[in-house]
Amino acid sequence: MKRAAIVGVGQTKFVSRHRDLIHPELTFEASRAALEDAKLSIDNVDALTMGVMDPFDGVDCCDRWICGAAGGYNKPVIRINTAGATGMSAAIAAYEQVASGMFEIVMAVSEQRVSEPVDAQSLLNTCTCPYHERAMGGSAISLGAVPATRHMYKYGSTHEQRALSAVKAHKHGMNNPYAHLRFEVTVQDVLNSMIVEWPLRLLDCCPRSDGAVAVIFASEDVAKTITDRPAWVNGAVSIADGPFFGDRPDVSYRAALAVAARRLYQKCGIKNPLKDIDVAELYIPFTSLELIQTEAYGFCDEGKGGELLEEGTTWMGGELPINPSGGVLCTNCIGATAELRVAEAALQVMGKGGLRQVPNVETALASGLGGMLQFHTLMMLGSEPR
Amino acid sequence: MATKDNKDEYIIVEQTWNVPFRHYAGEITSRYLKEFRDNKKIMGRRCPKCKRVLIPARKNCERCFTETDEWIEVNDEGKLVTFSINCIKYVGMPDPPYIMGLIRLDGADTDILHYIKGIDLSDVDKAGRELKIGTRMKAVWKEVRVGNVTDIDYFMPTV
Repeated sequence: MKRAAIVGVGQTKFVSRHRDLIHPELTFEASRAALEDAKLSIDNVDALTMGVMDPFDGVDCCDRWICGAAGGYNKPVIRINTAGATGMSAAIAAYEQVASGMFEIVMAVSEQRVSEPVDAQSLLNTCTCPYHERAMGGSAISLGAVPATRHMYKYGSTHEQRALSAVKAHKHGMNNPYAHLRFEVTVQDVLNSMIVEWPLRLLDCCPRSDGAVAVIFASEDVAKTITDRPAWVNGAVSIADGPFFGDRPDVSYRAALAVAARRLYQKCGIKNPLKDIDVAELYIPFTSLELIQTEAYGFCDEGKGGELLEEGTTWMGGELPINPSGGVLCTNCIGATAELRVAEAALQVMGKGGLRQVPNVETALASGLGGMLQFHTLMMLGSEPR
Repeated sequence: MATKDNKDEYIIVEQTWNVPFRHYAGEITSRYLKEFRDNKKIMGRRCPKCKRVLIPARKNCERCFTETDEWIEVNDEGKLVTFSINCIKYVGMPDPPYIMGLIRLDGADTDILHYIKGIDLSDVDKAGRELKIGTRMKAVWKEVRVGNVTDIDYFMPTV
């Protein structure tokens, strides 16, 4: 594999309902913003990968609809779907197309208008097996709620500890002009909000957002001509599990995530993740998944994700800030969400984070997950190539 | 149908998908569901390599990439592994509140996802805090069974 780097990032404003822009138009806005960021024209782009999840748009094969507006006319395009991890799978595919030497410049574009289905959870229920699990009333929220109960039982984590994840996300999100939800909350606000799926309350959960994001990957030689501060892709890992919720080794400790992180750290020479990584943009749509991910990634010991939040280590100003953008708890545009983690991590490395910039970022981690904890993706970005 | 969104003058085009599906369940899943219907039995499939008994029954073990080769009956009782209590009404889904549990049936190596009843849900937070992981659960079968996973009406605590 050759070296490759991110040289441009573009995103739309994320909102509850983009009345002003339909799906293809959102991708057009994101692609145009990324090209402007990289000072490139669409003619410089060799190929496109697209991340969008059926059937939120109310269109099957939604790649048909967006690819032209996204910039795919007369180019090779491929659309990828790994449920919630979709956006990062599209980004990883774009990276791999460059790193393999196939293309010099590839743009990953992801989009979703989650406002389109009148009831998104009914739709998400159809992601489950029609014979066995669909009739059981599960939704995407179940993937945060069911493990949360187990985590409380097994490790003694508390509602209050989980609430800190929401407090942190919304505090950070205030610094991000693109974030969907921009308000601060207290632990008490979280604990007093309505129960959605016990043990999760409304503020334990992400919103439904509309928006799009684009990230441009370039080969080493080309990247250096575009910017003197690209975000080098120093490792990318994907891992898959089976479809059944009841078939995880332990829903409260994601073994697959830990394996993926170990593989990534080995590639990137990370020995002490808490010290070696400067900032992380993690896929945390439910507060419970902050505990599960920080433990699996080795930021703390197994079962200690709640304490990590209490200690302030992962807040802005801490040793390893998680989600300076506010993350998924502020913005969840499903098919685009995981690519947004890559985009935000890249902005941190490129020093373009604005108010949400963490000082002196040399190494940034991005994560994606989807499909009732089935698909996991990780990407490590750095200020220097490895 | 095109209607006008009074709020900001953007047009809204409303559509509804109503697309019937007919899912043929295949050999293994059909046998699994017929055992529900005809015998009130839960039959798992064993992986010849890792020896796990897999519920629901399936043709292949994903971890080992082997074809399962043996039907093994598991108990319709087991232990509660974890659960959640949904409190929101979604289109086409059951009326809340309801408990979804993962249950490790005696003799199985994976968990079955199903409803749990027999718990007072008048105070959901209290119910959640009081329902103990590890509680013994038993399947309650429907009188009229049709060969569906819902032939088990729900699970409930044994005591």
